[in-house]
Amino acid sequence: MMDIIRTKDVVYEYIRRDDEGAVTGITTAVDHVSLGIKQGDFIAILGHNGSGKSTLAKHFNAILTPEEGTVWVDGMDTLEEKNVWNVRQTAGMVFQNPDNQIIAPVVEEDVGFGPENMGVPTEEIWKRVEESLKAVGMYEFRKHSPNNLSGGQKQRVSIAGVLAMKPKCIVLDEPTAMLDPQGRREVLKAVHELNKLEGVTVILITHYMEEVTDADKVFVMDSGKVVMQGTPKQIFTLVDELKELRLDVPQPTLLAWELKKRGIPLPDGILTGEELVQAIKDLK
Amino acid sequence: MLRDITLGQYYQTESVIHRLDPRVKLLGTILFFISLFCFSNPAGYAIALLFLAAVIITTHVPFSYMIKGMKTIVVLIIITVVINLFMTQGDVVVEFWKFKITKQGIVMAVQIFFRIAMLIVGSSIMTLTTTPNHLTDGMERGLRFLKVIKVPVHEIAMMMSIALRFIPILLEETDKIMKAQLARGADLESGNIFKRIKAMVPILVPLFISSFRRANDLASAMEARCYRGGEGRTKMKPLKYTSRDAVAYLVLFAYMVVSISVGRLDALKIM
Repeated sequence: MMDIIRTKDVVYEYIRRDDEGAVTGITTAVDHVSLGIKQGDFIAILGHNGSGKSTLAKHFNAILTPEEGTVWVDGMDTLEEKNVWNVRQTAGMVFQNPDNQIIAPVVEEDVGFGPENMGVPTEEIWKRVEESLKAVGMYEFRKHSPNNLSGGQKQRVSIAGVLAMKPKCIVLDEPTAMLDPQGRREVLKAVHELNKLEGVTVILITHYMEEVTDADKVFVMDSGKVVMQGTPKQIFTLVDELKELRLDVPQPTLLAWELKKRGIPLPDGILTGEELVQAIKDLK
Repeated sequence: MLRDITLGQYYQTESVIHRLDPRVKLLGTILFFISLFCFSNPAGYAIALLFLAAVIITTHVPFSYMIKGMKTIVVLIIITVVINLFMTQGDVVVEFWKFKITKQGIVMAVQIFFRIAMLIVGSSIMTLTTTPNHLTDGMERGLRFLKVIKVPVHEIAMMMSIALRFIPILLEETDKIMKAQLARGADLESGNIFKRIKAMVPILVPLFISSFRRANDLASAMEARCYRGGEGRTKMKPLKYTSRDAVAYLVLFAYMVVSISVGRLDALKIM
């Protein structure tokens, strides 16, 4: 199948300047990243703060364009001016702070904002708004003000807002970082359902390990480079390496790893509590 | 304290007023304001008050909710009323020390009180019954003719609607920053006016920084959702006049004719 997003040797630098405009420092946020993301997959990009994962994510819908290298979204080069709006329509983006991405004061109007910008006819907008809100389970809140919603609900509205643009791919830039555990569960559930039921490609940027255990593929970033990639099982076998990258592993994985170090013959790549329980039962 | 401001806050009910076209409400508010400045006798104000009361009842918005927003403007009203009370020249009614209260002063003060109070309630009715988006839609459509002379009507409308959306968020944030500074021993309450203004600086600086950050985030989010100005945009809720709006225009017209013609009758003047 064709890759929905492909990058080749992408480089992006943040340049710090002093008051006179002289360069005082350069931070390479994304350093020669090449990757391919398959249509319909659930992808997680992991990394601690400052690893360049958010900067990379902003390249996927042409908010940022690479200084070197190329990003193709559904075959379109993001560097070409004429592609920008099609790229943004293909790859929707959900940001970290739910308050700063809701534009309208009523939930349904906010979801309609994207289609309005695209010039979708009025009746079609209503249909899309209804479908998107139902898809994230927020339909009954359509007349509410976003200010009275919880963080998780706001973030689901943001996802519906992107969904209403009928993107092939949704990029979520740490959508749960500002939420409580309840809100995190709500958002992740909504995202997983979109991926499974609607077949939307999901790219989840996060630093929470527990959120990536169900992903089809995981990329781990450190100082602007992709340092590991593979299935969650493959990644979480490398506990030592992950610790070196200042990333936490899920607790069941950590426990299994510690047990194994003490000589208990557990299999590699245990991700959830149930798997661990099963593995321990199987020991006898 | 900061949460009490209701100006620019939408209050959801399913009333007729809520469902009116925003252009009707905009024009209605403007005409109501004009009428307030046309009256020269108490009868005009009485009619305006009745009209306003009728509108308030039809909106189903609790009156206490409307009044909450006025608390912050009480000082302004008192100052204006007091100045008018003491500064108007005319027939002296009461005199003490250096101050004189004149008959004309009393009339003027009462008149000013009603004018300001009704102006505020009138405008808050508009913002309470119209979603800010609807309101700016109404302005965008109603003022479209200004595009001819290159007024960026759409952009202004968009800015206003975003500003209104962020008022509660920024208020909450101000509250948070104030508490954070109070917790570190900031003294906001004591001292003279200059001291207190100075004490606001550590609240305003972080507030400004955070609103710029928010503005930047919001701009990215809007761009990510394909926002590129008013050109080629469709509307989720396009404005369409219905028979309801025609009735509203008629009521408005009747109010204007009656209130202004009665409100300017010399026979009803009290001075």
